[in-house]
Amino acid sequence: MSLRCPEVTLAVLLFAALAGCHREERRFSESLPASTPLDSVVQSDIRPGGTPLPHQPDFIYETNAYAVSQGKQLYEWFNCKGCHADGGGAIGPALMDDQWIYGDSPQNLYATIVEGRPNGMPSFGGKIPPQQIWQIVAYVRSLAGQVRKDVDTSRADHLFTRKSEQSMASTEPRASSPPPQPQ
Amino acid sequence: MHAGRQRRLPRVTALLAILFAIVSVTALAEDRDAQWPMPAGDFANTRFSRLEEVTPANVGSLKLSFSFSTGLLRGHEAAPIVTTDTMYIVTPYPNVLFALALDKPGAPLKWKYEPKPRASSQGVACCDTVNRGAAYDAGRIFFNTLDGQTVAVDANDGHELWRAQLGDITHGESMTMAPLVVKDKVLVGNSGGEFGVRGWLTALDARTGHQVWRAYSTGPDSEVLIGKDFKPFYSQERGTDLGVKSWPGDAWKRGGGTVWGWISYDPGLNLIFYGTANPGPWNPEQRPGDNKWTAGVFARDPDTGAAKWFYQYNPHDSNDYDGVNENVVIDLEIGGRMRKVFAHPDRNGYLYVVDRETGEVLSATPFVNVNTISSIDLKTGRPNRVQDKEPVVGRVIRNMCPHAGGGKDWQPSAWSPITRLLYIPHQNLCQDEEVVPANYIAGTPYVGANVKMHAGEGGHRGLFTAWDVAAGRAVWQIKENFPVWSGALATAGGVVFYGTMEGWFKAVDARTGKLLWQFKAGSGIIGQPISYRGPDGKQYIAVLSGVGGWAGGIVAGNLDARDVSAGNGWGGLMSDLPDNTRQGGMLYVFALP
Repeated sequence: MSLRCPEVTLAVLLFAALAGCHREERRFSESLPASTPLDSVVQSDIRPGGTPLPHQPDFIYETNAYAVSQGKQLYEWFNCKGCHADGGGAIGPALMDDQWIYGDSPQNLYATIVEGRPNGMPSFGGKIPPQQIWQIVAYVRSLAGQVRKDVDTSRADHLFTRKSEQSMASTEPRASSPPPQPQ
Repeated sequence: MHAGRQRRLPRVTALLAILFAIVSVTALAEDRDAQWPMPAGDFANTRFSRLEEVTPANVGSLKLSFSFSTGLLRGHEAAPIVTTDTMYIVTPYPNVLFALALDKPGAPLKWKYEPKPRASSQGVACCDTVNRGAAYDAGRIFFNTLDGQTVAVDANDGHELWRAQLGDITHGESMTMAPLVVKDKVLVGNSGGEFGVRGWLTALDARTGHQVWRAYSTGPDSEVLIGKDFKPFYSQERGTDLGVKSWPGDAWKRGGGTVWGWISYDPGLNLIFYGTANPGPWNPEQRPGDNKWTAGVFARDPDTGAAKWFYQYNPHDSNDYDGVNENVVIDLEIGGRMRKVFAHPDRNGYLYVVDRETGEVLSATPFVNVNTISSIDLKTGRPNRVQDKEPVVGRVIRNMCPHAGGGKDWQPSAWSPITRLLYIPHQNLCQDEEVVPANYIAGTPYVGANVKMHAGEGGHRGLFTAWDVAAGRAVWQIKENFPVWSGALATAGGVVFYGTMEGWFKAVDARTGKLLWQFKAGSGIIGQPISYRGPDGKQYIAVLSGVGGWAGGIVAGNLDARDVSAGNGWGGLMSDLPDNTRQGGMLYVFALP
């Protein structure tokens, strides 16, 4: 018993180290969801004739703390923060609540950032490299508690404006658009 | 005969002229009270109605006459505009112009005009998609659209006369201000001080929409329209091309100084007065220098645009203290003689009395709690800034008062020539701020500041102050829970009106501030109340409700208050507003039974 303990500990440590490696992994080249995201973007719950939902590829950045923290920095550098604040919204809508106007999947968010949206969201396609957009996507989902806690960024170095992503409650996303503005 | 004729003709002409003058003066006088042709009511920006039917004695029985839903949910900051038998309302984006028939029961819709601005413009509107109103002149209605157009519409049938594309949303420019029409020129300015735009005021020919002149707020003298007539009072405003030299490199090209507030006009001096907004970005370390000609006031000749003088309230502004608040043109006895001045309650919390002929500051007195500026040096005109409250990168500065919205924001005050008091709707707010490097990407925000706001001393977030401009002191003051974000209206009857963000429309005694009457509107009030004599001869009071604006973004934009920096620092401060009011634009018009 006492003999086997170090082995178990070692195994646990090794597993933790490997898992940790993945969590901390820096990627310099990507194939990932980045190349072909748009055929899996869906905005409606209605699938005429019961057509199956397209395959949603795994989003590996959501298990990668480095990607999420990069996303947080890029979110500031590309002025996402200027319109969405620290997730509470300003010119643009809040990102930390359960309302996702154009869908909550990573693919939806990617498409929103690249294409822009008609009511004011700029089209960032061609401005931000795809890999960095995916990192921003991972961070934006973390704002609403949609990534693993051990991957979330912790408290920012800046003026304290809200709980850290790590201590933020996770809310069930709801794909709900606000009512259209009558003209 | 020849001689006799010559003698008689002038006499007849003179008689006719006198008769005509009497008739037209009477007609004009009647006309003037039956109209509210521009948001401020008059060129002087007094927001004073000469009607005296509604008094402190009878205002308690004021009743709703009619109402009208705009069907829109964003902040309604506009003033209704009234001509003899029609009321005009311009809405927030999509900037629909409604014309209501005042000569029919219930004031039904006569027509509507839809300019259909580009939807993307909502993404470059810093502080809700508001519009501050239209202006009427010579049978035409003029207003601006969020996507940077000025539009002229026939006041009778609503058909479009012309439209001019002036701002470029791809560079963050929008338009939210109300035009002022002076001598057949439509004066309009841009918004976008939080997007690194370059501010300007433009004069358009009222008949054609063609540009007559444009005066930038930054850049070389030739583009600021500074020439030989320019005679500023203080030495720091003198020199060549200060709009370039008081900036590092080409920072003036994205330096702000937008013109989104109020313009007043003195026909006697033939001068217009208007303020320029904050320099960009907010982070002051990115723009060492005085950053001319931002955060100050220009006096210009409306015919040519030529600058006569300029005074900078906030050189090298580091608090978002825009200079765009109203300059109320009044004559005031100072030191035993009458002076031509204007009164200006600035964002920085000081109320300035400025000689409008020369630009000399005659007095500057704090009207709220100010700890960022200890005093204004009247010799140099410069504010004495408190070093501890100066934003620096890498440090959070606590409890700066007033906050970025100032001791008073855009919400215009009213002047009564009877009580000789200025009625100021404003706020009592402070903030913690950390400035950070701002990254300029055209069409996106250019701010560089993390902000969280809190109520100032006493915990009340709003104030409504009656200010004795000559004496430089408050005569009475009303504390409000939320910032008072509506305009004020003063009337000859001795009643003053304003609205609150919970939705109370209040009538108070002009002399004492005593609450005389109130009405609960469906949504918070951030609009500008007006008064006019209806076709039936009665005095009416009108106001738009519909909460929003910078202060009300938490409701209008459905922000999440768990992030206290939401809405540029308002999130935490206004987290209880959604429990007190909901969205919804609605016009309310009141009269005595």
